[in-house]
Amino acid sequence: MAANDFDIKYVVRLARIELSPAEEQKLGAQLGNILGYIEKLKELDVSQVEPTAHAVPMVNVTRPDEVRAGLSNEEALRNAPSKANGLFIVPKIVE
Amino acid sequence: MLNQLTISELTARLARRECSAREAMQACLDRIRRVDSRIKAFLSYDAADALSQAEAVDKAVSSGADFTERPLLGVPVAIKDVLCVKAHPCNCGSKILGKFISPYDATVVERSKSAGAIVFGRLNMDEFAMGSSTENSAFFTTLNPWDTSRIPGGSSGGSAAAVAADQAIATLGSDTGGSIRQPAALCGVVGVKPTYGRVSRFGLVAFASSLDQIGPFTKDVRDAAIMMRVISGHDPRDSTSVPHPVPDYAAKLDGNIKGLRLGLPREYMIGGLDPEVKQAVDAAVRQLQKLGAELVEISLPHTDYAAATYYIIAPAEASANLARFDGVRYGLRVEGADPIELYSKTRDAGFGEEVKRRIILGTYVLSSGYYDAYYLRAQKVRTLIRQDFLKAFEKVDAIVTPTTPTAAFKVGEKSDDPLQMYLSDVFTVAANVAGICGISVPCGFTKSPKLPIGLQLLGKPFGEETILKLAHAYEQSTGWHKERPALG
Repeated sequence: MAANDFDIKYVVRLARIELSPAEEQKLGAQLGNILGYIEKLKELDVSQVEPTAHAVPMVNVTRPDEVRAGLSNEEALRNAPSKANGLFIVPKIVE
Repeated sequence: MLNQLTISELTARLARRECSAREAMQACLDRIRRVDSRIKAFLSYDAADALSQAEAVDKAVSSGADFTERPLLGVPVAIKDVLCVKAHPCNCGSKILGKFISPYDATVVERSKSAGAIVFGRLNMDEFAMGSSTENSAFFTTLNPWDTSRIPGGSSGGSAAAVAADQAIATLGSDTGGSIRQPAALCGVVGVKPTYGRVSRFGLVAFASSLDQIGPFTKDVRDAAIMMRVISGHDPRDSTSVPHPVPDYAAKLDGNIKGLRLGLPREYMIGGLDPEVKQAVDAAVRQLQKLGAELVEISLPHTDYAAATYYIIAPAEASANLARFDGVRYGLRVEGADPIELYSKTRDAGFGEEVKRRIILGTYVLSSGYYDAYYLRAQKVRTLIRQDFLKAFEKVDAIVTPTTPTAAFKVGEKSDDPLQMYLSDVFTVAANVAGICGISVPCGFTKSPKLPIGLQLLGKPFGEETILKLAHAYEQSTGWHKERPALG
């Protein structure tokens, strides 16, 4: 599980970020370094420890399942790069 | 000059009709025009809008508006570019948001406006709050008003610099790993990171949802206490905000800290700590003792693991939060033959290097096969770090540390080595990981060049009252907060 099996090409595909080969090399090296540093967490015995996802002991925050006012269709589209008929325009997803 | 006043001073003058809100706002705008070309704290600001808000305040004051109900009446407050202000741009220091205009106000902005503040300007920051120097802004670097060859800190560099340079009376920023406290220390102003859940994150563009908090930058602790009361409190629109009552923090600043127990963590006085910083912090601790505080040595045994924990959790959460920037609904779009190409090209063009680094790191530590070894493990270490603090707070009322290991470094000095930059956050990240509160107050200067040094006080969850009290008592017994950079 070490820094040396860090496959940057696989991860950038997951992250949906296209990198140039130069960027890939540079970031790959830097990230290898950072991952090397992070390895120090392996020094600790956490076998009996519960994870903390959330710093405040709050659970099950809910509200009634009622419709409330939100942004209007117009407000939601105001910053759209491409829009028509009250919809966001995107490249075709399905043939 | 009106822009040099504090919140308390300005509102007192406004209440006595000694000046108008328009004059005060104009003084800030004049100051910005005079010095911001050298500091570059502001990405943009709408002078006409600010002045018309000020005129509305003047009308309200002459109709008998109540300054006790609206404690920020007439106060120019500038905003870090990561918070939504309706009809203002929101770029998070990035190219990827393009010409985005916020359709609504963040809760903290709503509350500031209700309290009478004149909310103006977009303050420069590291892109998506990722950074410790403001060098990662996609636009330009903000410079430290005390020495413009140096950084102001980050990610809220613009927010800190604007207060230090008297361009705004107060500002709002955000703190995920130290991004309020560190620039406050490096710029010689007061900065507060509230307890996680104290202040609503609705309208804050999320970086790391379990670590982010919004907080004020001010010229003194009383002002910070005033701002904290305005912005704190439960918000049904943020399900992580806590329904804890909000004390009148400013009213509790009575200067009496006798018997309060201060913890000195032995792990914090390490190699890498600049001798002048150590000297200033040691002197501040002795001063607090003179004022009646008791010193207790404590241990936070997992201190050494806080940065590594943070640099797994924060990027992991960021990789999820920044997935929304894909060119579809807002901001920059680089066309592609299919949606995946659209996303990938847009994100490559729109995100800067540090953001890409963290998204990729975050994606990796969450990915199948690695999640347990990295993210889950980091969450377990997080429990240990939090427990360290909660145990310590059984013995002490507050913990005192330097805010940063050194004073402000030069532009470009750390930007080639990301890991070096990360390690400079060593004193601030643990508070976010543990969810506790913290404040940085000025405690002195380095000799040559004259650069500010910050003292950090950490409090237990919802212990803001205690750290504000301690910080206030210390501040009032020294003159650091009255000093200003020589900008001319």
